[in-house]
Amino acid sequence: MVERGPWWTVAAAPLLLAALAALAVAADALLAARGAGRPVTLTAAARPFLALPRALVAGPRRLPAPDLLLWRAGVVTVPVAAVLSTLVIPFGNTVVADPSVGVVWFNAMEVTTWAALWLAGWGPNAAFSLIGGYRFLAQGLAYELPLMFALIAAATGAESLRVGDIAAAQQGLWYAVWMPVAFAAHLAGVLAFSFLGPFAHPAGRDAAGGVLGELSGPDRLLLQAGRWLWLASGAAMAVPLFLGGGAGPGLPAWAWSLVKTLLVLALLVVAARRLPVVRPDRYVELAWVVLVPLTILQVLVPALVVLGR
Amino acid sequence: MDTTDTVLLTVLGVLALAGGVLVFVLDSMARVTFALLVSLACSGGVVTLLGLPYLGVVTVLMMVMEMVIMAVFMIAYMMNPAGLMPMSMLHNTRGALAVSAVLFAALTTGIFAVPWPGREGRPPRDSTVQLGTALMEGQMLTMVVLGLVLLSTMVGATVLATQRGRYDRFGDDLDRRPARDPVGGGVGR
Repeated sequence: MVERGPWWTVAAAPLLLAALAALAVAADALLAARGAGRPVTLTAAARPFLALPRALVAGPRRLPAPDLLLWRAGVVTVPVAAVLSTLVIPFGNTVVADPSVGVVWFNAMEVTTWAALWLAGWGPNAAFSLIGGYRFLAQGLAYELPLMFALIAAATGAESLRVGDIAAAQQGLWYAVWMPVAFAAHLAGVLAFSFLGPFAHPAGRDAAGGVLGELSGPDRLLLQAGRWLWLASGAAMAVPLFLGGGAGPGLPAWAWSLVKTLLVLALLVVAARRLPVVRPDRYVELAWVVLVPLTILQVLVPALVVLGR
Repeated sequence: MDTTDTVLLTVLGVLALAGGVLVFVLDSMARVTFALLVSLACSGGVVTLLGLPYLGVVTVLMMVMEMVIMAVFMIAYMMNPAGLMPMSMLHNTRGALAVSAVLFAALTTGIFAVPWPGREGRPPRDSTVQLGTALMEGQMLTMVVLGLVLLSTMVGATVLATQRGRYDRFGDDLDRRPARDPVGGGVGR
């Protein structure tokens, strides 16, 4: 059973999340090196981190009449919400806080990226940046409902909104096996709220970097870190929701949680590299015409199973 | 309710009020919208602290989405370009002051005049379950009717708002494939 961890887990959870995000960044750098025909070495993996010190000391770039308060609020909210979302994600049998509405908490934290990215686009008073913010909202209208139905499917199957209960309810058969559509919708949602890979349109190169376009120095670092922290958090959430949490033979629960999280993270990093960017106007139709009906049908499956139990 | 809860409740309540005041003080539509969001998120926190975690967290979730979409439309329909010029949320100040003063007085009188009932029974172990049961058992018919009304309102509003109908898309004989749309869409209909 999942239990609340001691006080120091409040500090350990963000560190673990940051480590997972750093691993994802390194893996992405390796894939980039391989794609570019450069040698796949440790140096290649460390390349993104060499930019850290420079970003920390870089001077800010300012346009006339920026809304600094809203800009900062938006940029800071992305990584902070990612860290807050991990409070309800069990690691093995330990969780920082186990509220009775953990799934809703995760969803609420994820939705704050809507506000955060719009603010990050609005703040600098620049056209391309604002376009990036609006692109994320259009994308949000497309990915959010399938993601919500995916979360509802897992919660319906376990008859609980507590993440620990959902992990515990998958004794014998993972939800990923008999709710594959919900699992896929969750993974797509993770890529979408971390605006990476096929959903990188809000920070697209065709809009001069979009929401990232006018950011420099520590601000840019925070927003970049935020998207990888969200990727790691979404991958970690997929484990208790769809892959049985820490359950598994031989190894202790925390090791199984780690292995499963790393596998999901690897899958997401590879997918982000290999899939082309989808414009929101194309994805929104796919989402509403195909994914929303499919995920609603997917919610029907656990609902019927629970009724017949 | 212990001391921590009381302190948190007070802080959140004051922040919610401050956000509400800022809505009428600030001069930028973006800032006004997010001041309102802060106010509503703090109200969500208050509801959570009062023992209704589901309603509280869902309030925060829905309000973030609603306020962001609202910001898009508020800024789109503003009289000045991009909402970057100073603006004010105060309109018809005298009338509004009179209405709000009367309303405030009525509500405050209500607080002291209503004979509040004493607590009967105990709070439920899981208020989320109680809420679900209330919505899906006792108020099932209300919720179903409400759902249909909301859905038909949304469909009706969309139909009224859009200029284009199926004849614009598929031609006079409804036989043009693929449809002629200003935006392509991803399914290729």
